[in-house]
Amino acid sequence: MLKSSLGLIALSSLLLSGTAFAQEKIKVGVTATLEGTYTVLGEDGMRGHQTALNVLGKKIGDKELEFIVASTDATPDSAVRAVRKLIEQDKVQILLSPLSGDEGIAVKNFAKTHPELTFVNAASGAQETTYVDPAPNFFRYNMDGAQWQVGLGKYAYETKGYRKIATVGEDYSFIYTQVFGLVLEFCGAGGQVTNRQWVPLGTKDFASVIAALPDDVDAIYLGLGGADAVNFLNQYQQAGGKAHLMGGSIMIDQTILSSKGSAKNALIGTIAASGQADTWEDPGWQKFVKAYQDSFPESKRFPSPSLLATNYYGSTMALILALRQVNGDLSNNQAKLKDALAKIEIDAPNGKIKLDANRQAIGTNFVTEVVDDGKGALFSKVVKVIPNVNQTLGYDPAVFAKIGLPSRTVPECKKY
Amino acid sequence: MSLLQSTQFRPDRSANATRRALLRAWPEFQNPVAWLVALILVIMPLIANGFFLIEIFATTLILGVIALSLMFLAGYGGMVSLMQLTIAGFAGYMVAVFGVSGNANISLGWPWWLATPMALALATLFGTLGGALAVRTEGIYTIMITLAIGAAFYYFTNQNWAIFNGHTGINTVATPHFLGVDWRTDIAFYYVTLGVAAICYFAVQYVSRAPFGLALQGVRDNSRRMAALGFNPNAHRIAAYAFAAFIAALGGVLQVWNYRQISPGSVSVGACIDVLIIAVVGGITRPIGPFIGALIFVLLRTFALDVLIKFGLDGNRFRLLIGLGFLAIVFWSSDGVIGLWERWRRRNTSSTQRSGGGRHG
Repeated sequence: MLKSSLGLIALSSLLLSGTAFAQEKIKVGVTATLEGTYTVLGEDGMRGHQTALNVLGKKIGDKELEFIVASTDATPDSAVRAVRKLIEQDKVQILLSPLSGDEGIAVKNFAKTHPELTFVNAASGAQETTYVDPAPNFFRYNMDGAQWQVGLGKYAYETKGYRKIATVGEDYSFIYTQVFGLVLEFCGAGGQVTNRQWVPLGTKDFASVIAALPDDVDAIYLGLGGADAVNFLNQYQQAGGKAHLMGGSIMIDQTILSSKGSAKNALIGTIAASGQADTWEDPGWQKFVKAYQDSFPESKRFPSPSLLATNYYGSTMALILALRQVNGDLSNNQAKLKDALAKIEIDAPNGKIKLDANRQAIGTNFVTEVVDDGKGALFSKVVKVIPNVNQTLGYDPAVFAKIGLPSRTVPECKKY
Repeated sequence: MSLLQSTQFRPDRSANATRRALLRAWPEFQNPVAWLVALILVIMPLIANGFFLIEIFATTLILGVIALSLMFLAGYGGMVSLMQLTIAGFAGYMVAVFGVSGNANISLGWPWWLATPMALALATLFGTLGGALAVRTEGIYTIMITLAIGAAFYYFTNQNWAIFNGHTGINTVATPHFLGVDWRTDIAFYYVTLGVAAICYFAVQYVSRAPFGLALQGVRDNSRRMAALGFNPNAHRIAAYAFAAFIAALGGVLQVWNYRQISPGSVSVGACIDVLIIAVVGGITRPIGPFIGALIFVLLRTFALDVLIKFGLDGNRFRLLIGLGFLAIVFWSSDGVIGLWERWRRRNTSSTQRSGGGRHG
């Protein structure tokens, strides 16, 4: 009896001991998808984050940044759980989170329950996160999925001559946003999207999807990512698929282009659009690639940073620069920091980024084509660079609002 | 595996008849450890801060309630149902759909005192219907059919946008405010969970000794003989499913209030199996088992990553640590932690030559 009561007392004192923290540190919580379908993306995101710390350092005046990492699995539940753990257990003051689209929507909503803290989006790209009912303390320095598709539709229609396409995408907000951007532009140019297939995130068997792909289209657009994309490509190749492909931003990305096996070769020649292009000549980009490569041994990284690494780099950079502007002053519910974050313009590796009134990035977009570097490694080669892409994709905000929110069937294939 | 717990406590000659009857019904009133645990749970807000209070203890109680419903079915009814979390998730979704949430186009905006009973009733109905399907099967087939219901519900929520809002789920679910109290503040919410968990615990304890519970255990042990005695085994089983569904639904309502958000990840097949793990690790022979299992589960899930990093290992392998912990428990004791505890107690008792043997059968 005594023993067990002693045990309980020991347990409770153990629980209480975890709360002390040092004074001269600014605690930042980071989440990444280190589990599930998007594991590879989360890992490379963290590499981008680490690269930013190597380049910029962790010192803010006389304070030092301390980062605490929590893992999620791309579901909104896991993101909210991770963020709550970081805030309540680790007492972080600033959040760098999350990675994936639906996580972003959930974390943005959660951010409203903690108006005193600051949330910097790490990489998530659903449109709704900053477009519908944005949270005043949530800042996003990467573009959303639709912005990342700007240029692709016109290029496919005008240069490649595609007239009819079908899409296959993962059934959640980020890919809806990507297809939204593609359809608006492609149909606006006069093209037709005849068929949109949606598969659950984490699908392993694509046999029925592949069987249902229409034959009478010029190209098939793939909005898949991580393990799903690799599984699809393997099975598509086994099924003898030969169609022209177009890719979304996390499909044509080093997370897939560096995957093992030959299935990725189906992607050579695929056109895509994204917030970055692997072979861009810009000195800022080349410097970032070099820093990324120098930060990790070759076996523990991709040949070139993925979109997630770039996003994590950009968001970490914005946060550190803004913190330095205010000299680490987090008083008065971090008002100064929030002000600085809203106004800051960063020279991110993938072009200049500034925020709009909803604290959503306005940045540069890239149309790319997949090439083989001759040694078997695949890269996305830049075809076109489009600066100053805003969230309404150049539409008048009133017209844009009429299109509706991205979903399985929105937007309709027509000219708006 | 004898589960009739009431028959073996030490007779106390000085006690009067009422007291004896009370003790027969609630043997834990005689157990000082139970009183100590109860006391610690009640004063928990004094010793634990917000994180431990909600993320560890309230979460433990919520998961414990859901696993308790499985324990009731598996322990007293011999029916391993993997859909208990699905029922809980269904109740959570119904709270979000009928109540107030950030998705105004889906939520009907009913006040909580209307939405919550509605959610509980619908979830109980859902569980009862699922149970009515499952009672036609036994053993592994029950597991399969309930797992199928769970998996079907998961994929349905993932793909249905009209009611369940697909993969995004429903965000910013409103939580109850009444009597001038915001019941989602840490301390208030902790007491709500504790109260619900305690009611569920004692309800299961009570039902297990009531005629219905005894008949259910009879059906578990020999349904043919029970049928010959004039009982209707299937009706008993379906009633057990209904009772368990109500408990699971309570857990689900608490869960959605806790996270203020629900999405298919909450009802995934993995999460359904987590509930089974919780029940098995804790032990399905006693209602306290699921709560112990839930505490171990929550602690491992929350701290495995930190522990690995502290020892300089790759934090990405934290799932391995969780798995090893569960393997170890199940390996050393097929009855879960409860079984370990009982064996330890027995050894202690026999070595000190104490008479009576306590209440454990």
